[in-house]
Amino acid sequence: MEGTDHAGRGFSRRAFLETGTLAAAAVPLAAEARPGARAMDEAVAATTGVPVMLRINGGEHRLTLDPRTTLLDTLREHLGLTGAKKGCDQGQCGACTVHVDGRRALACLTLAVAAQGKSVTTIEGLAQGGTLHPVQQAFIDCDAFQCGYCTPGQIMSAVALISEGHAGNAADVCEGMSGNLCRCAAYPNIVAAVEQAARELTAVPKAA
Amino acid sequence: MRPFTYETATDAPEAVRAAAASADAHVRAPVQLIGGGTTLLDLMKLDVMRPERLVDVTPLYARFGRIEATPQGLRLGALVRMSEAAEHPAIARDYPVVAQSLAQAASAQLRNMARLGGNVLQRTRCNYFRDPSYSQCNKRDPGSGCAAIDGFNRLHAVLGTSEACIAHYSGDFAQALIALDATVEVLGRQGPRAIAFADLHRLPGRTPHIETTLEPGELITGFVVPAGQWTRRSTYLKVRDRESYAFALASAAVALDMDGDTVRHARIALGGVATVPWRAREAEALLAGRTLDEAAATEAGRAAFAHAVVHQNNAYKVPLGQATVARALLAAQAMRL
Repeated sequence: MEGTDHAGRGFSRRAFLETGTLAAAAVPLAAEARPGARAMDEAVAATTGVPVMLRINGGEHRLTLDPRTTLLDTLREHLGLTGAKKGCDQGQCGACTVHVDGRRALACLTLAVAAQGKSVTTIEGLAQGGTLHPVQQAFIDCDAFQCGYCTPGQIMSAVALISEGHAGNAADVCEGMSGNLCRCAAYPNIVAAVEQAARELTAVPKAA
Repeated sequence: MRPFTYETATDAPEAVRAAAASADAHVRAPVQLIGGGTTLLDLMKLDVMRPERLVDVTPLYARFGRIEATPQGLRLGALVRMSEAAEHPAIARDYPVVAQSLAQAASAQLRNMARLGGNVLQRTRCNYFRDPSYSQCNKRDPGSGCAAIDGFNRLHAVLGTSEACIAHYSGDFAQALIALDATVEVLGRQGPRAIAFADLHRLPGRTPHIETTLEPGELITGFVVPAGQWTRRSTYLKVRDRESYAFALASAAVALDMDGDTVRHARIALGGVATVPWRAREAEALLAGRTLDEAAATEAGRAAFAHAVVHQNNAYKVPLGQATVARALLAAQAMRL
């Protein structure tokens, strides 16, 4: 579906979102680079925003944000990282799950200002070059989604669950993944995918 | 969400001074300390809480993020993450009720975010408190009335209620703390002090908007759980609408000091059914010196709810809570140590 619209003009929703939000994010970056404009920027910040520095997927991002901005809105609306999804925006569905300093956390209940100095990993930071993370591959292999909206959160949660060491059996996977809801109810396949990836990631590497 | 200013605390007295600017420690206090923020930000998005100033205390983690298990007891820093305490081997082995109450709460993501100090201060899931489109809520707007008493009150408390408020205390960890006679350490303008955990939460009475005995600005810095042979024979049983990631409809924290099958002292606390973390002293007294069997456990369950006050939709919590107490007692007795 994604990639071409009905007229086949090669226009995608994701590309549109990224273009719009990156243009917005470029404004504070440009202002910061302009010497002599600093005093004015600080006056503006006092009424409309505060400077925020975030480390996301290994890269540093300097932004000027309203203190109310959540990490989720920052990722999606300011940085064009639309992988983390806004489901409930109340900490109840897990669609916004990201890793903060290696721990899975909810981006919708995290203030961007409070995420400074921490290392944030999103679904966009999971694949190594062109190679999917084993959990991403397992979700494809096991057909572990229908609409796909909860999938980035499911995958981020599963990666953490496996590294926490609690993905040894289906019951533990169900308990450990209970913070990620799937309204399509793809649960049986999600559990199978997490178990497959857990086997792969915890297997003793074969001698070369 | 309404506008606020955000600052980080660099030392504890500074955080206390900042938060002490609030006139009193109630729901609508204009300065709020923020830890994991999982309750506070949620309630700010819902426009229930409207702080003008947030003071982030998580930078104090190095000082208040430690877990120490000694022969005298367990000391938990207020900024320890729920997940860190739930996973701690000494807590799982020697204080299973503490580990279980944390592991059965919320989701893995929330347990990584929420801190122990904030956890005990989490606010009720009363749907009328959480929805400002209802004008009546004595907890939100003192004197406005209570929409829950004549409303849909399936989740609400049957113990410790008043004519002003029947909102349930929805946490889990607090039941483990009150059952084990824990102490809360706080830092205030006059310096540090210790409060029995049982004295931290206030019954709603006529002032349900004042939920604790904390003074304005007082910061919870830690918890101390005294050691005792009963802490190993302890368990947390939580009954909910779904098997995981749900608040308790009824829960019981139980720790047993046994002489064979005879109860020396049973410690029982109830969750999901009361307005505050609730110690079931009458049930405990009934069991002292008795042989613990199904009949005694059932009787204890009944005693725990002898003074229950039910409303339109929550009468089921009495038999559910009674059975939860009985099952938790028998489960703790059956533990092989």
